[in-house]
Amino acid sequence: MKSPPKNPVNLVDQGFMDARWKLLDIAAFLDRLERNNAEDDYRVRSLYAALEQLGNRGAQRTENALLVWSDTTTEPIPAAHTKGASGAWEDGDSSGHNDSSGEPAKGGSA
Amino acid sequence: MKYIEPHAHMVSRTTDDYERIALAGCVALCEPAFWAGYDRSSEQGFYDYFSLLTGFEPARAAKFGIQHYSWMCINPKEAEDIKLAEAVIDLIPPFLEKPTVLGIGEIGLNKNSKNELIILEKHIQLAADHDQLILVHTPHLEDKLKGTRIIVDAIKNHPKIDPSRVIIDHVEEHTIATVLDAGMWAGMTLYPESKVTPNRAIDMIENYGDETIWMNSACDWGVSDPLAVPKTAQVMRQRGHDPARIHKVVFENPVTFMSQCPKFKVKA
Repeated sequence: MKSPPKNPVNLVDQGFMDARWKLLDIAAFLDRLERNNAEDDYRVRSLYAALEQLGNRGAQRTENALLVWSDTTTEPIPAAHTKGASGAWEDGDSSGHNDSSGEPAKGGSA
Repeated sequence: MKYIEPHAHMVSRTTDDYERIALAGCVALCEPAFWAGYDRSSEQGFYDYFSLLTGFEPARAAKFGIQHYSWMCINPKEAEDIKLAEAVIDLIPPFLEKPTVLGIGEIGLNKNSKNELIILEKHIQLAADHDQLILVHTPHLEDKLKGTRIIVDAIKNHPKIDPSRVIIDHVEEHTIATVLDAGMWAGMTLYPESKVTPNRAIDMIENYGDETIWMNSACDWGVSDPLAVPKTAQVMRQRGHDPARIHKVVFENPVTFMSQCPKFKVKA
């Protein structure tokens, strides 16, 4: 059951500048990676794949971006050898490159 | 504004944080057992932790007028060692008798391994045997979709677990429908980097309704904000939501879910 706000506000007025700086920060990050020859990483490829979702209409951009990064298998893995997560499913990298940078795994604590 | 923080790890926070959330209107706080940032070397380490959750933290919170409740388990990050996990589970029943323990949590999966699933199922059985509420941790980032599906199936497959007595925490846009469609409650964790932002949490309320949903900060030793719930309430105001809906999400809903345990004394 949808529950929209009782007193709708102008969402563009409220959110445009916030979205603008976030987009520019992503653009600058990608420029920085390219400038430093650091793009050959499954996480970067997954970021480009997720960005493709932003151009699609249908109001499911967030969900679709999350699905791009998700492990889509269904069976439990044999054993856990790490506690962290990188933010993108490495085995889902279609390029065949699995070259994690060795950065500490992220994912929060709780 | 009166609110409840339904998921916080105050063992990792300072007393100043208790003061800050009290000033923001927090009247009750719930602390699930979790991974302390390191693996404990024996079940005795968990006994000490459970004793802290049921003794020291309620007393520390009470100094600021906050009621403190807790949940018992061995978290999935330490569940790969089956022998240790079983020994910890054996420690839990006496703690379930404590006046501030609400149920079993935060159980779940982390990397979606076979051993994690075995220990999850043992916790579900423990909850069934002792008629306890369940609070579930879902995996991080790329592991969340798969883990949420496995967890929901494991709970649905247990004949003695009522899904309305289960909250699945850390939902995001790609997992919330699976949880709500299964008749379980959904928790949204407001983190500055991972999980969801205030605006995304409010989007999910607008898309899926405000009936069986809550928000929490899950503040702990990582990048997190103990004031995330009242800050999100402020964003709800800015987006035109009326005070009654905000009150429902940040106060009434946690009361409704946790009052299924008669030990929870906060009244709506």
